[in-house]
Amino acid sequence: MSLKSPLGTVRGLGSAKEGVQHWWAQRVTAIALIPLGLWFVISVIAMAGAGHDDMAAWLSSPFSAGLAVLLIVATFWHAMLGVQVAIEDYVHNEAMKIGLLLAIKGLLVLLGTACVLSVIVLLLQG
Amino acid sequence: MTDQTDSPVRPLSPHIQIYRWQWTMALSIFHRVTGLALVAGTLLLVWWLVAAAAGPEAFAAAQGFIGSFIGSLLLFGWSVAFFYHLCNGIRHLIWDSGKMLELVPAYRSAIAVLLGTGILTLLAWIVGLAAA
Ligand code: HEM
Repeated sequence: MSLKSPLGTVRGLGSAKEGVQHWWAQRVTAIALIPLGLWFVISVIAMAGAGHDDMAAWLSSPFSAGLAVLLIVATFWHAMLGVQVAIEDYVHNEAMKIGLLLAIKGLLVLLGTACVLSVIVLLLQG
Repeated sequence: MTDQTDSPVRPLSPHIQIYRWQWTMALSIFHRVTGLALVAGTLLLVWWLVAAAAGPEAFAAAQGFIGSFIGSLLLFGWSVAFFYHLCNGIRHLIWDSGKMLELVPAYRSAIAVLLGTGILTLLAWIVGLAAA
């Protein structure tokens, strides 16, 4: 038993008021990933077994490099939102949950940045 | 947490061990599994792009791994996960618009997702292997 009134026990436990934005961002990145993902798969298939020259030539075009940057941003953003939902579903210890979220999101930001910088390097070399 | 001792007994959500398996449920679980697998797969994308930026030797090493038996296996798994998540993701987006939520359309679209995954994966590999 608690000395709190029944109303008091449920107050303040509600929505964090950020869910809608998270939900929309997951859908918007999903929609963006349909054409971007298909473009990427087709490009990669066309370069099967390609050497460094072909790869450099591909990303030396601002068109391909631009789409590649958009693909990377959409992928890592969508991945961050998705992993967050999975962690929140399974990890219930508050400290562990926040620690894991920070670690994985931080790692994904680092990896995404490395990808974008690599594309820029190849674009400028071209 | 809230003190629940005096709250009425409420129905529990169905527990996975005693819940009869259904196609719709399997596809739903697989959407999460493939999503997380794709996140792991981004590591390969990172290696590939960073190696290309680092130069021809590093890129040759990455391409060598991707062309190896284990690399090809990972790439095949990645392609299945990608096409499944793509097709079922579109199914999710249709549901979000409020359409096709009834039982029969949900089962029909499940079959469409499985067929689409198989066809797209096959197509990608046939074209890819022919081009290589
Ligand atoms: C190719 C186009 C893609 C589409 C159309 C798509 C669509 C979606 C949708 C609609 C959701 C929400 C599902 C729900 O509400 O339960 C989702 C979740 C997710 N997606 Fe994607 N996605 C795509 C690509 C990707 C990629 C490339 C990755 C990985 C880098 C990814 C990782 C995830 C993860 C981890 C989740 C969370 C799964 C969950 O909560 O169960 N997706 N995706």
